[in-house]
Amino acid sequence: MSATEYAQKLAAKFGPLIGTPVEFRGEVTLPILDPERIAEVCTHAKSDLGFDMLLDITSIDQYGETPRWVIVYELFSITHKTHLRLKTSVSEERSELPTISGVWRTADWHEREMFDMMGLRFTGHPDLRRILMWDGYPYFPLRKDFPLAGKPTDLPEVAFTNRAPLEGGPFVTIAGGKDTGAREPRVRTPEN
Amino acid sequence: MTTNAEFGYNSKIEGEVIVTRLDAAIGWFRKHSLWPMPMGLACCAIELMAAGASRFDISRFGAEVMRFSPRQSDVMIVAGTVTYKMALAVRRIYDQMPEPKWVIAMGACASTGGMYRSYSVLQGVDNIIPVDVYVAGCPPRPEALLDGFLKLQAKVATEPVRSVVS
Repeated sequence: MSATEYAQKLAAKFGPLIGTPVEFRGEVTLPILDPERIAEVCTHAKSDLGFDMLLDITSIDQYGETPRWVIVYELFSITHKTHLRLKTSVSEERSELPTISGVWRTADWHEREMFDMMGLRFTGHPDLRRILMWDGYPYFPLRKDFPLAGKPTDLPEVAFTNRAPLEGGPFVTIAGGKDTGAREPRVRTPEN
Repeated sequence: MTTNAEFGYNSKIEGEVIVTRLDAAIGWFRKHSLWPMPMGLACCAIELMAAGASRFDISRFGAEVMRFSPRQSDVMIVAGTVTYKMALAVRRIYDQMPEPKWVIAMGACASTGGMYRSYSVLQGVDNIIPVDVYVAGCPPRPEALLDGFLKLQAKVATEPVRSVVS
């Protein structure tokens, strides 16, 4: 059975909750229209459709658009070797969706990472702490409005960060510039 | 057969006595048994391991005793990228090392942050601990580390004993 057929099975089970599956280069993406029911869909995908492995969860910051957050679940089945991708959107005001760590335990750390980097909260998560930055760090560094160089913070007696100097630094690029000078400036301040 | 006249010591004349300054003697003892604390944080740690293994053999300089307990080590070799989160642990381990103690910042990342100009990386371990020797390279070859180590030995040998205790 192909990924499209599994997507149709999910659609048949959940009806209007599931959007139209998109197929691109043999990969099937399935939009889940209500993020509140993501755990339900995942439970069904695991127990009844055999998607026994969660490869990854990622979040996308669509800065300037609504809804701002897109959360992507990469499902895989070891038994029938099929990939399936689920996508759901959450608004910036809400920034919260149910955990799926009860379905696949590996989701625990993935969700902690999203909490750490993007500031998304997962209701029902057993241990929602920062995982890469330390407890008490005030920002969410993978958001689009966070500067590459970082922001200075000071948590007396615990930790500090400084802005990294970007003069002459690598990886400073601006997409869509006319020439190399505009695309890869020597210095990039958070404003430009 | 030639004898080393520089040594200036003839056991037939002077017996079993060597006259020297205390600072020189203690510095000499110290520099030949610097026990490293291998603070391996990234790919530089692989070169650090190579420096410890038989081909490059850091034990030629008396530093083969890698101590994984900070309480038994003299020189911390910070080998790799120091993130802000790891900085807490690095500082804590440095604080646990007994005096006198020295630090080698091995490689571009430990010295300056290297190519990681970003929110998560400490821009040089000298932001949190005093560094004695910086070794350039990304990662430095074991020879470069050994050269840095010899530089540190020269520093240890000439350091007055009293000034080390802060």
